[in-house]
Amino acid sequence: MSKYTEEQLEQELKTQEYKYGFYTDIESETFAKGLNEDVVRAISKKKNEPQWMTDWRLDAFRVWEKMEEPEWANVHYEKPKFQDIAYYSAPKEKPKLNSLDEVDPELLDTFKRLGISLDEQKKLANVAVDIVIDSVSVATTFKKTLGEKGIIFMPISEAIQEHPELVRKYLGTIVPTTDNFYAALNSAVFSDGSFCYIPKGVRCPMELSTYFRINEGGTGQFERTLVVADKGSYVSYLEGCTAPSRDENQLHAAVVELVAMDDAEIKYSTVQNWYPGNKEGKGGVYNFVTKRGLCENNAKISWTQVETGSAVTWKYPSCILKGNNSVGEFYSIAVTNNYQQADTGTKMIHLGKNTKSTIISKGISAGKSQNSYRGLVQIGARAENARNFSQCDSLLMGNLCGAHTFPYIEVKNKTAQVEHEATTSKIGEEQLFYCNQRGIDTEKAIALIVNGFSKDVLNKLPMEFAVEAQKLLEISLEGSVG
Amino acid sequence: MLKIENLHASIENKSILKGLSLEVKAGEVHAIMGPNGAGKSTLANIIAGKDEYEVTEGNIQLNGEDIGELAPEERAHNGVFLSFQYPVEIPGVSVTNFIKTAINETRKAKGLEDMPAKDMLKMIREKSELLEIDRKFLSRSLNEGFSGGEKKRNEIFQMAMLEPKLAILDETDSGLDIDALRIVANGVNKLKSKDNAVIVITHYQRLLDYIVPDFVHVLYDGKIVKSGDASLALELEAKGYDWIKQELV
Ligand SMILES: Nc1ncnc2c1ncn2[C@@H]1O[C@H](COP(=O)(O)OP(=O)(O)O)[C@@H](O)[C@H]1O
Ligand SMILES: [Mg+2]
Repeated sequence: MSKYTEEQLEQELKTQEYKYGFYTDIESETFAKGLNEDVVRAISKKKNEPQWMTDWRLDAFRVWEKMEEPEWANVHYEKPKFQDIAYYSAPKEKPKLNSLDEVDPELLDTFKRLGISLDEQKKLANVAVDIVIDSVSVATTFKKTLGEKGIIFMPISEAIQEHPELVRKYLGTIVPTTDNFYAALNSAVFSDGSFCYIPKGVRCPMELSTYFRINEGGTGQFERTLVVADKGSYVSYLEGCTAPSRDENQLHAAVVELVAMDDAEIKYSTVQNWYPGNKEGKGGVYNFVTKRGLCENNAKISWTQVETGSAVTWKYPSCILKGNNSVGEFYSIAVTNNYQQADTGTKMIHLGKNTKSTIISKGISAGKSQNSYRGLVQIGARAENARNFSQCDSLLMGNLCGAHTFPYIEVKNKTAQVEHEATTSKIGEEQLFYCNQRGIDTEKAIALIVNGFSKDVLNKLPMEFAVEAQKLLEISLEGSVG
Repeated sequence: MLKIENLHASIENKSILKGLSLEVKAGEVHAIMGPNGAGKSTLANIIAGKDEYEVTEGNIQLNGEDIGELAPEERAHNGVFLSFQYPVEIPGVSVTNFIKTAINETRKAKGLEDMPAKDMLKMIREKSELLEIDRKFLSRSLNEGFSGGEKKRNEIFQMAMLEPKLAILDETDSGLDIDALRIVANGVNKLKSKDNAVIVITHYQRLLDYIVPDFVHVLYDGKIVKSGDASLALELEAKGYDWIKQELV
């Protein structure tokens, strides 16, 4: 051992302190498995949260304890052992690597094909980036621009400290802690996530992306996102990343809440590419997400999602169209390959007059996967002249996969107009031969056909994101035929 | 260029081609005529490499090389083009995007970079003008909701873009009105050179007024039963296929 510096001394003193406290890192490992009230308190304390937040988590926990894991979705998996999960370890740091040579070559290959720059590749693979100047300056300029407009965009743990009144006012108002099993669990133990507030009348000048949010220490298992768009404001929010995420955490249960006040608009785009497991269906992430938005008068919320990852996906981004003339949109592409299972869709709850919703769902199944669309369109008694248009298209590759559509429609007002269209098609030999004959090999032909099939949704994504998403579709379906 | 020797092929144990031989040299135009179900489309598909068919005997050579083992896309990269009798729809993929992909994939196979967007645009402009194709048409989904004539014109547009060595036109004339027929034939004629060859499969002599063949073959019951020059097409038109059948017995 070399010199004992001032700094080391200080460090040691700190740990000493913790050692006798309740929550040293080492101690926390011993307490790690299982969930009880003490664990919830510990998480809250670790994050230095105010009492109201601790109470809020505890309430959620007490509700969760009495709940049963839902079974109605068309997915089959081995239930996570909830008492076997470490809930209050700090967000898992991925091992730091020194150069790209240490990164899994398969991952690197995917990065390359996605057209991700070298610097970005390093960042994504958690390689120490030496030329950070670029990304730092981007982030700084970014922060400055947002600051000038009064836009708040930060980790939610910071927001709880810095803007407690805002967080307290909206957290859990859209997705109550009692909403469902996973939402309750998330509320009790969420580690971090994002908070975003757009002031009245402000049009956010750039796409807000978690990708650019600095201070981010990995996404974590239980992410919590809250986006509040004040009256007349606009924001486009990008979540996720097209690069594959090799997370060792088996269970992911995120909650996203959106508040669009009068005349506000929120566009929320997601690319989900968690590890889907191997070709035999081993491993892979369970992704159980609750996403919901509330629209006041004349407000609009659009959910756009591209789902290619996870072993099991359970996800229904929803809109509560409370205000008159409010608009909800859901555009989704869900790809399943090998043994993946996805049960995804949306809920459009029409409460206000002249409310409008559009649902475009594109499901692509390959391998032995199962892909289900589940959608609820509910028209309340007072929702005069509400309209909904739903279109659910399924594309099948091969004979071993499945596509299922479960549309639920509940109409309590006679003036409502609800339209539902569904199609199922198969990539045919004739289509493939036609492409082959033009010099396009089968792999590329499938990508072309799938991209064509998904075009209506891809078009809704911000430009750069759309290009990446397109390549992602291509990669996720590789080896699905022949 | 193309040499087919004693080709026998079947599908689901049903024998369709029964000893077909054909030689096409660079610079030539061959017409293949014959009644419905004679095996004309089967021949075209087999040359293009469709693997549903089982070749039980004989071989196909392209420029002296046996192409029997080549995948359809490899044959395409070697300059084989088939204008389909029934082109398929690919929803959401525009005519432009499709042809761009086809050209760049072919270039990739040859170790070339993607065609620069500027050149691509210029070429699209040129060829669409040649075939009197409206710009708006190019943004439509491939073959989706196209009329019969539009589909065929689009096939020839793709041919013009890909500049194949060997073009096989499978009943490209059916579904075309007389003006479209003239435009399409004009396109084919413009493409013709001493380095490439065209096989025109047709029922009717009509198209051959515009694309004048050097040779006419009659395909009947899986074999070429008669070959001649352009005048054979006229004779067939006048006498019908029964005449051939009678001659055979
Ligand atoms: N995919 C197939 N399955 C079964 N029979 C086929 C298939 N394709 C062609 N045939 C049969 O082969 C014969 C020749 O067909 P085809 O080549 O299309 O004739 P043509 O183009 O000369 O009209 C016909 O009897 C047809 O029914
Ligand atoms: Mg035919």
